[in-house]
Amino acid sequence: MRVLMKGTEAMAEAAIRAGCSAYFGYPITPQTELIHYMSRRMPEAGGVFLQAESEVSVINMVYGAAAAGVRVMTSSSSPGVSLMQEGISYLVGAELPAVLINVMRGGPGLGNIQPSQSDYFQSTKGGGHGDYKLITFAPSSVSEAASMVYDAFDITEKYRHPVMILADGALGQIMEPVSLPEQGASKPSVKNWALTGAKGRPANKIFSFYLDPKGLEEHNLHLQEKFKNIDDEIKYEEDISDDMEILVVAYGTVARILKNAVQKLRGEGRKVGIFRPISLWPFPESALKSASMKAKQVFVSEMSYGQMLEDVRRIVPDEIEVKFYGRAGGVVPSPNELYIKLKSLLERGV
Amino acid sequence: MSNQILERPKSLTQKQFHYCPGCHHGIIHRLIAETIDEFDLREKTIIVQPVGCAVYIYEYFDTDVSEAAHGRAPAVATAIKRVSKGKFVLTYQGDGDLAAIGTAEIVHAAARGENICVFFVNNAIYGMTGGQMAPTTLPGMKTATTPLGRDVKKQGYPIKVSEMLAPFEGVSYIERVMVSSPKHIIKAKNAVRKAFKYQLQEKGFSLVEFLSACPTGWGMPPVDAAKWVEENMTKQFPLGVYKEVGLDD
Repeated sequence: MRVLMKGTEAMAEAAIRAGCSAYFGYPITPQTELIHYMSRRMPEAGGVFLQAESEVSVINMVYGAAAAGVRVMTSSSSPGVSLMQEGISYLVGAELPAVLINVMRGGPGLGNIQPSQSDYFQSTKGGGHGDYKLITFAPSSVSEAASMVYDAFDITEKYRHPVMILADGALGQIMEPVSLPEQGASKPSVKNWALTGAKGRPANKIFSFYLDPKGLEEHNLHLQEKFKNIDDEIKYEEDISDDMEILVVAYGTVARILKNAVQKLRGEGRKVGIFRPISLWPFPESALKSASMKAKQVFVSEMSYGQMLEDVRRIVPDEIEVKFYGRAGGVVPSPNELYIKLKSLLERGV
Repeated sequence: MSNQILERPKSLTQKQFHYCPGCHHGIIHRLIAETIDEFDLREKTIIVQPVGCAVYIYEYFDTDVSEAAHGRAPAVATAIKRVSKGKFVLTYQGDGDLAAIGTAEIVHAAARGENICVFFVNNAIYGMTGGQMAPTTLPGMKTATTPLGRDVKKQGYPIKVSEMLAPFEGVSYIERVMVSSPKHIIKAKNAVRKAFKYQLQEKGFSLVEFLSACPTGWGMPPVDAAKWVEENMTKQFPLGVYKEVGLDD
């Protein structure tokens, strides 16, 4: 059954249907509807809801619940996610599964509460201390956000590595029809490492502390091996042809806006392709590389001054020019604005 | 013929403690482990450990243990207790961990009345990082970062954790003890027992503060350090019960 829901609420309900039984949060715009929803729904579903004193405490509560073996989630927005970085590093080091949502807003600093995509680096390149990257998925519709959150619980348990859903203020706030996933189909995995009391088994220990350099190097090598396997989770959407004048690359809300511009240009007989990374880490490198080789030029647009752009430039062969258009500070580019930008690139030719 | 009158608590592993001679962590570990055994809680206990000298607790206790980031043990313990039915959850924290970097976490865990036990080791110094000023460093006390002694005009006054937390309605039991002599160790053990009972009877937050010696950090022989706890620390941090709402029979 399809229901009309806000992005934030759809993500919350999807989590509950995935068997998430603990949610910790701290109020921050533009994702407050998610914490409101959880405060009502989580007790109904028999789970734990707690509003903590800060995002620092929130992420450590997430760590505790994950250590105890339950499915746990938190959500926040950019400044709150900055405060969580220490705890995220500990989740990675201790190999604890958790689902995190960042409904990005404009920064740096307090910035504003409008949609943004300026936390791409923070989410995909590490964020906290130590040698790691965070599994990051970027939805571009309410429906996709809901199914992404639902699937994230299996993925985070599979790798014992936290998963970030990188949404933005627009996606959090819009209402769309959504088919919610079934309750009960997704089940928490058996966790023989979890802290449940040392009954009938040796005591379990959750830690990321390895004083001996050799031990810590071994632990890091183990993590790096694990990260390679996460390539299985690469996801993207492409609508391309063999002789594109331009290949458009964008994620999240911007990809959605660009689709309109691309369709309009196609209507005018232009050969324009679109590539939307869905997993931002691991990044769909080989798929983007082969798609870009079918285009004369590549165009990247983000609500930032070029963060994913760096990955695209790294991947696209040097002979293909990569152009960029970004808006920031909470300004969302309009379909017409992007259409005009693309049109001028096409008319200029290569 | 000989009789064994003392054995290692079952809740401790065989691992030898790494603590310096005269350090009180070992005694406090033992008191907690003995009490876990007495209440037959080893298979239900989850310990949340600090960052500091006690960072190796997971090697010493034969119970489930979680590391926590510096100061965050009360947040980690809050979640573990709330998502785990029928488990016994305690944190073990030093003064830098609990009273400096983790002040927000301990205050709010106490205010919420989280049904956990907190064992707070106050040795008035950062031991592990080399003897720097702690939030509990005594006025005039020399440390690596107060080489001329703590000047309260510049570095402020020590934080009295037991006094600060006792007024919260969510707090059921707080006592300050020391382990400088057998007599005091027996008193401290009773405080640990009482804290356990408060959690077992679901009365809310309980905390035992241990005044503790750090001979290495203080630059004193072990016997002098224990004496210094009794003569100097107790003046700044008086022993006693700061909160006790009462247990069921």
